[in-house]
Amino acid sequence: MTESNPISQIPQSTRTYDERLESGVIATRKLTRRFDGLVAVNDLTFSIDAGTIFGLLGPNGAGKSTLIKMLTTLLPPSSGTAIVAGFDILSQPREVRRHIGYVSQMLSADGELTGYENLLISAKLYGLSRSDRAERISQALEFMQLQEAGHKLVKRYSGGMIRRLEIAQSMLHRPPVLFLDEPTVGLDPAAKHSVWQRILDLKKELGTSVLMTTHDMEEADHLCDAIAFMHEGKLLATGSPAELKTALGPSANLDDVFIHYAGTSIAEGGTLRDVAQTRHTAQRLE
Amino acid sequence: MLPKLAIPRSAWSSSAPFIYLQQTSAVAESDVRKLIHDPVELFTRMVQPVLWLVVFGQVFARTRAIPTGGLPYLDFMAPGILAQSVLFGAIFYGISLIWERDLGVVHKFLVSPAPRTALVLGRAVSSAIRGFCQALVLYVVALLLGVHLRLEWHAMVGVLAVVSLGAATFSTFSLIAACIVKSRERFMGIGQVLTMPLFFASNAIYPLSMMPAWLRALSSVNPLTYQVDALRYLMVQGGHIEFGLGFDFYVQILVFALLIAIAAKLYPSIIR
Repeated sequence: MTESNPISQIPQSTRTYDERLESGVIATRKLTRRFDGLVAVNDLTFSIDAGTIFGLLGPNGAGKSTLIKMLTTLLPPSSGTAIVAGFDILSQPREVRRHIGYVSQMLSADGELTGYENLLISAKLYGLSRSDRAERISQALEFMQLQEAGHKLVKRYSGGMIRRLEIAQSMLHRPPVLFLDEPTVGLDPAAKHSVWQRILDLKKELGTSVLMTTHDMEEADHLCDAIAFMHEGKLLATGSPAELKTALGPSANLDDVFIHYAGTSIAEGGTLRDVAQTRHTAQRLE
Repeated sequence: MLPKLAIPRSAWSSSAPFIYLQQTSAVAESDVRKLIHDPVELFTRMVQPVLWLVVFGQVFARTRAIPTGGLPYLDFMAPGILAQSVLFGAIFYGISLIWERDLGVVHKFLVSPAPRTALVLGRAVSSAIRGFCQALVLYVVALLLGVHLRLEWHAMVGVLAVVSLGAATFSTFSLIAACIVKSRERFMGIGQVLTMPLFFASNAIYPLSMMPAWLRALSSVNPLTYQVDALRYLMVQGGHIEFGLGFDFYVQILVFALLIAIAAKLYPSIIR
């Protein structure tokens, strides 16, 4: 990750997937989002290397989810732009969506459908052919260890199973980039570890690049190749977990790094809706 | 041991129109599968139209106060009640969008490459399927009450087309309202405010000739009026048509297309 990497260096859609992977999969240029006078994401220019798991850390209201919503084309930027998987989020939003997977902070799996049906609907939305659908759904269920539960309603799943299903859904079309917005919020330690393992497997087996947000420093330390600390819409520090810890002192951990950059005061950021959504997600996962 | 996932990444082998249809039907399929898992909603939707026909219709038939053009009042009223039950079901459809937004389900659809028109059209198709079911039950009740229904296949196909178009139109209107008001509480208020004016400013339970001029003017811009007009001709024996079948369909298709375009534009704003 480099702060100064100009967006013009990022390959455009005419390049092959492998060529794009060589040069980075996400690059932003002066990306900004304002809400009624509040600057949620402030003039961000950065890029993310292909094949890495990149963690965005920061207190509530730092702008992490807003940044992910812009990169996934769910929210238009107020100014600036970004290239995701080789496509511009402003001029090629459908191409971006075709090449990404997204697991939101909230639970996007439909509880009133079975796991199989959730996967089937996703496969159809991504335009997979009939023959591909059957094979990929079967593989996804096996990969996420959900074969036994495939025909049960998702509302009967445990929290870890729902999160694994959602990751399976987001990966059915084999996107080169996966966005995970607090993927393990509300999960017990065992479920959390099973989700971590699936994320690492995706990186290893498919070379998937992952951009994830988390409040869990253990998760960031365990999964991420690189981390960025975000506060009040800006990136304050970037580096590998080891680099960031070493820079603070020989016995520092990521909690110390977090407090160093975010401050010890009670976070004032985050709307009532943000907090309610997180709690609602945690309740549904219990 | 994990299976190898060595499948080529490109899955876009089919032609664009076929994929568009697949994406539209996937949205509708999601809804229909939920109805199959839990069909209670379909049964509860049947109660109100049956009450209107059995109670209101039978009592009003005795008053003989409404000029029906020679039709028994129940025959005159049955198409209006079918249109009304479709309207009442569809106009609250938008609340499911707000609910799914709160759950996070809408995000999954919006982050897919499916065009926004496919997403709203899929929801309209789902509402049309609900309308089908309402029409089937209402036909059975109407037959039991002795309504003189037209049972020729082409007339019945016409009724299903009108019902589908009506359900799709009002559910899309409802989606637009949901995208604008965004909260369940506000949406319920809007829904309550809309349904009765739409119903009473139409020819559902009394003819246009009985209306004062201002109400007739309002009814002429109400899509429900054209839906009832077409249904009255297609559904009951000797039913009179005011505007002509072609014009009724033309108006409904035009309104539906316009609403789909607006809904597709507003749809992503539901999550902001």
